[in-house]
Amino acid sequence: MKTIYKRPEVFTDVNTSYCGGCGHGIVNKLIAELIDEMELREKGILVWPIGCSVYADKYYKMDAICALHGRAPALATGIKRSLPDKFVMVYQGDGDMVSEGMAEIMHAAVRAENFSVIFINNAIYGMTGGQMAPTTLLGQVTSTSPYGRAVASSGYPVNMAEIMANMPGVCYSERVTVNTPQRITATKKALKKAFELQFENKGLSFVEVLSPCPTGWGKKPIDAMKMVDEQLIPIYPLGAFKSPEEVPAK
Amino acid sequence: MGEKVFLQGNVALAESAIRAGCKYFFGYPITPSSEVPEYYARKAQEEGLVFVQGETEVACFNMIAGTAATGKRVMTATAGPGFSLGQEAMSYMAAAGLPAVVVEVMRPGPADGEILASQGDYFQAVKGGGHGDYNTLVLAPCSVQEMCELIQDCFELAEKYRNPVILLSDALLAKMRENVELPGRKEQNCDLSWALTGCAGRKHNVMTTCGDGAAQWEKYNLDLQEKFAKIKANEERWENYQTEDADIILVAYGSMARVAMGAMKLAREAGLKVGLVRPISLWPFPVKAFEGLGDKTFLVTELSAGQMVEDVKLTVPHKENVHFYGRLGGFVPSPKEIFEQIKKLGVK
Amino acid sequence: MNQVVINFDLCKECGYCVNFCPKKIIAIGSKINKRGYYPPVIEPMEACIACGTCAKVCPEAAIEVYKDI
Repeated sequence: MKTIYKRPEVFTDVNTSYCGGCGHGIVNKLIAELIDEMELREKGILVWPIGCSVYADKYYKMDAICALHGRAPALATGIKRSLPDKFVMVYQGDGDMVSEGMAEIMHAAVRAENFSVIFINNAIYGMTGGQMAPTTLLGQVTSTSPYGRAVASSGYPVNMAEIMANMPGVCYSERVTVNTPQRITATKKALKKAFELQFENKGLSFVEVLSPCPTGWGKKPIDAMKMVDEQLIPIYPLGAFKSPEEVPAK
Repeated sequence: MGEKVFLQGNVALAESAIRAGCKYFFGYPITPSSEVPEYYARKAQEEGLVFVQGETEVACFNMIAGTAATGKRVMTATAGPGFSLGQEAMSYMAAAGLPAVVVEVMRPGPADGEILASQGDYFQAVKGGGHGDYNTLVLAPCSVQEMCELIQDCFELAEKYRNPVILLSDALLAKMRENVELPGRKEQNCDLSWALTGCAGRKHNVMTTCGDGAAQWEKYNLDLQEKFAKIKANEERWENYQTEDADIILVAYGSMARVAMGAMKLAREAGLKVGLVRPISLWPFPVKAFEGLGDKTFLVTELSAGQMVEDVKLTVPHKENVHFYGRLGGFVPSPKEIFEQIKKLGVK
Repeated sequence: MNQVVINFDLCKECGYCVNFCPKKIIAIGSKINKRGYYPPVIEPMEACIACGTCAKVCPEAAIEVYKDI
């Protein structure tokens, strides 16, 4: 028998705490595949956020730390500056990065820190029970925008991949999603690129992943995947906003 | 060694930290501590240091947490407003077992306040300005020389207990210049098997401070409490001056201890038997310093509205015999001013 | 015969494998797992082409696929 797909080696046996159909699960799996394929397990440190992926440090047989809310890029700066030859991954959700940690991610980009950042955008605060995020869409109903997000009180959704692309210290910025098998393949390709770039001394690599949040959006998983197409992609277009070929090494 | 140099407090502290092998510094400029990051920035190339000016104190306190997690000696320096911003990270570092060193140079608050001397951050440093049940060692020098020695001890103590340590200074100590014999270079010598370095050759290390149910989190806390109990049992530091025959005992630390020493001298010259208890560790509070002193009259003097005085009242037999005198706003009383207060106590 | 192995207790019944299987041979099963979910079953397994799509879309890495060569 030829193995077409086997559960990644780096995974522990821990059952994830994600809801059924959560995009985090798919991305966590792609990260695990890349750790196995690129032999990063013994050479790296994973930096996890506060959010739905708060327990992800338990899912990998790899050095890891769970940062304070929003602070993963600062914690990772301390780690990467200490161990520049090691692989450092930063993984954040929209509350963690775009709200609490907006200063930290922007300044990691300012300083052109050489680590790989994965941003999971599900337009909501999942872990805390479905409150509005800075990435919540206009008109989207959440527990803190029960009549739909309105500009007057809460402003506009935030396009992080585009913002990052404008920073000289960011060498790669792409937005992807995981709502079809083909797009999952493309997401893995983007993550791999981000992981490889870390060792080219070109600065920060950034991958934004639009993720279905069935529980937060009040939809069955398949319908949540459809919502990514119908509602998120029009506001958060897929694509590479900055390519590393444009950026020289520091 | 043996040679004395005339150095500013902040500069001597920074040089001593570098000599302790602290090659990593993340800081945000704030008066009266800015000479520390500036020194690290100047010496970075020559000494092979990593200096990053972080965007905020919030970020810097998390950066030192990251470097400490990799087992390297690391420091930040700040003042009151910045120290306030770092409190979540203090709670985090104590919980996660991260041995970073934090230099806090006190200035008068609350809020932005002034940039002169103060001791108004005692509560915050000693009782823990962050949330949850945690403690950190707090060491308070009273001279530039002592500051140089204590900052080196800070790194060792942080590693010994896997806990952040605070060096509590103030604007006067930071900015004054004194003759110092700089300490020598020290090597790091501790178990680092817990650090995040990439798990080649060992089981992977995971650091998380997120609880996983009450049972797990209570156990985690009880382990932390054991750590703090060990520090409390072993790390009290103090110095007593002429307390054996004293009727009145001054209690003061840091810059105020220097003033208190002057007041004590004036009092003795006037025939009053005055002594001084000088806490050097503020946490753990040196209760042993007060043992055997008997039921005396105490005068606690601080550059605040009265913070350490509460711990003195908790320590001595009769809290009604504990008096307080303090100044606010950045005024530092003269020894004569304290001597007047001693006389006012009317103790024969 | 190609093999698709479902890790019974990891499944959370999201339905992605059911939805994306190109041969439409995956369906929600009738046995409940310890988390209260009904993991899928592949029927008939002979029709499986070992494309690996089910494994690719599974958020739990609960599916393994082997090709009979």
